[in-house]
Amino acid sequence: MQHGKYRFIVGFLAVPLAIYAVFVISPFLQAIYYSFTDWTGLSPDFKMVGFKNYRKMFADDVFWKSVGHNVLLLLVLPLVTLGLGLFFAFMLNVGGRRRKNAAVAGVRGSGFYKVVYFFPQVLSIAIVALLFQFAYNPNSGALNSFLDAVGLDSVRPDWLGDPDLALWCVMAVMVWSNVGFYVVLFSAGMSSIPKDFYEAALLDGANRIQTFFRITLPLLWDTVQTGWVYMGIMALDGFAVVQIMTVGPGGPDYSTEVLAYFLYTKAFRDGQAGYATTLGVALLIVTMIFAGIVMKLGRRERLEF
Amino acid sequence: MSAAESESAVERNGAGDRIGAEDRIGTEGRVLNVFSHGVLILWALMVTLPLLWAVMSALKDDKAIFTSPWALPTSLHFDNWSRAWSQAHMGEYFMNSVVVVAGSLFGTMLLGSMAAYVLARFEFPGNRFVYYLFVGGMSFPVILALVPLFFVLKNMQLLDTYHGLILVYIAYSLPFTIFFLSGFFRTLPSSVAEAAMIDGASHTRTFFQVMLPMAKPGLISVGIFNFLGQWNQYLLPAVLNVGDEDKKLLPQGLVALAVSQGYKGDWSGLFAGLVIAMLPVLAAYIVFQRQVQAGLTAGALK
Repeated sequence: MQHGKYRFIVGFLAVPLAIYAVFVISPFLQAIYYSFTDWTGLSPDFKMVGFKNYRKMFADDVFWKSVGHNVLLLLVLPLVTLGLGLFFAFMLNVGGRRRKNAAVAGVRGSGFYKVVYFFPQVLSIAIVALLFQFAYNPNSGALNSFLDAVGLDSVRPDWLGDPDLALWCVMAVMVWSNVGFYVVLFSAGMSSIPKDFYEAALLDGANRIQTFFRITLPLLWDTVQTGWVYMGIMALDGFAVVQIMTVGPGGPDYSTEVLAYFLYTKAFRDGQAGYATTLGVALLIVTMIFAGIVMKLGRRERLEF
Repeated sequence: MSAAESESAVERNGAGDRIGAEDRIGTEGRVLNVFSHGVLILWALMVTLPLLWAVMSALKDDKAIFTSPWALPTSLHFDNWSRAWSQAHMGEYFMNSVVVVAGSLFGTMLLGSMAAYVLARFEFPGNRFVYYLFVGGMSFPVILALVPLFFVLKNMQLLDTYHGLILVYIAYSLPFTIFFLSGFFRTLPSSVAEAAMIDGASHTRTFFQVMLPMAKPGLISVGIFNFLGQWNQYLLPAVLNVGDEDKKLLPQGLVALAVSQGYKGDWSGLFAGLVIAMLPVLAAYIVFQRQVQAGLTAGALK
């Protein structure tokens, strides 16, 4: 059995490990190193500058603006997306007409809803962003023509062109494209909760809202927490939506600037590769703080059923 | 007193007006049913209307798109589609995406399952270290590595090449693939593998002819996950594949098309391009929706 075991292990691990080391591990380590240099990315010369990039970052208004936007995305996006996902999943699984011998029932056609809700999830983010860029177009976009059609011509917002609205428009698109995934995810979790739990609760006089908060949500908590982390990672990115949808660099008056896009422009437009990696390190720290908070808040007894 | 309470009262007393209680339960059920169908249909419309609007616009001429965005097309302009496919290079971009994703998906599945198998079923010094090195990559923001990655590829002359992109896609798909598949390989019975070894099969042969076929459900789940992720990848090609116009991938090509058609004012061609990129994925999803949903949610739950 042991014959050739180590040769086999090395043979199977060498290539994947080499690819991973060259394209993932080494850039990651280099990024931390370059964040202490004044490298432009255009010429091979650079020198160590200590914490100069970090000081520059802390004094940079656009950096703080994008951090603010990222934090707002982190707070709003998971809350709205997971909230809608839970609500629709609960409707699908428990909102149906009560049938004989069953305390709770799903709505008719729940399979159909799940298929349709999932549509945006399989589309490329580039397609989604472009589609909504047209929908938001102030002159001939779908949204404003719809407002015209229902007699609200006087409203006609500028959508992505309005610094106060642009970020919310971007967030709406991110919610739109992600809700379906969570409906399916939570729905799968809910359907594995034993029906007797619901029956017992109904017999004890619980209404649907109590049933949701006392039974469904606690039993689904692990899944919700995973979803929260996933959505948080989405919220920290936001690169494609901002780059494709918003006008100018990072929206009107940087109103939709996020860290990922700010990093990209610094590195590939402004020739400040060293500074860009500093921003990347900041993004990594924000990510780690976020993950730490979720783990801390989410820690509670595991429920087995 | 809610319907459910009265129901429990009936249960406790073993008597009472059972018919009346059931009647009330029925009413509550109906109201709830109407409400839940109402909100569910509302969201279904919010999801489908933008997509239908895009398909409709792709069949109109430019004037109709501007003057009556919500009206049904009066005549079907399929010339938009052929213009987008050939003149705007959507056909080429589509094929570029096919080449890159085919290569990287194959590589990811092969290398990922090989590494996952070794890490899951063999004990050797450093096993845990290598495993966590791979799995740690899942919590790692790609954007942080982007600048050095660009120069790694540049130094290796891999910038703006298919094989460069393929290698990068594989590298960034490995963490999740290995995490998922090593969990899967661990659950497979070891008796089958032992039997194969006793029959004289080598480790390699055991892997390819016994263990890999047994892991098929797991391979399908993670394969779908990787396919969608790689097909829809935007950030990596947007940075690593910008030198050559003809080598653009589909999502990149679409964005470039949006910019150029915007100057030309060819909105119908642009919508056609959007729909060309959208329809094959949606069609494939509708056919395989069960596997896609299971594959993606398995990805999140594990």
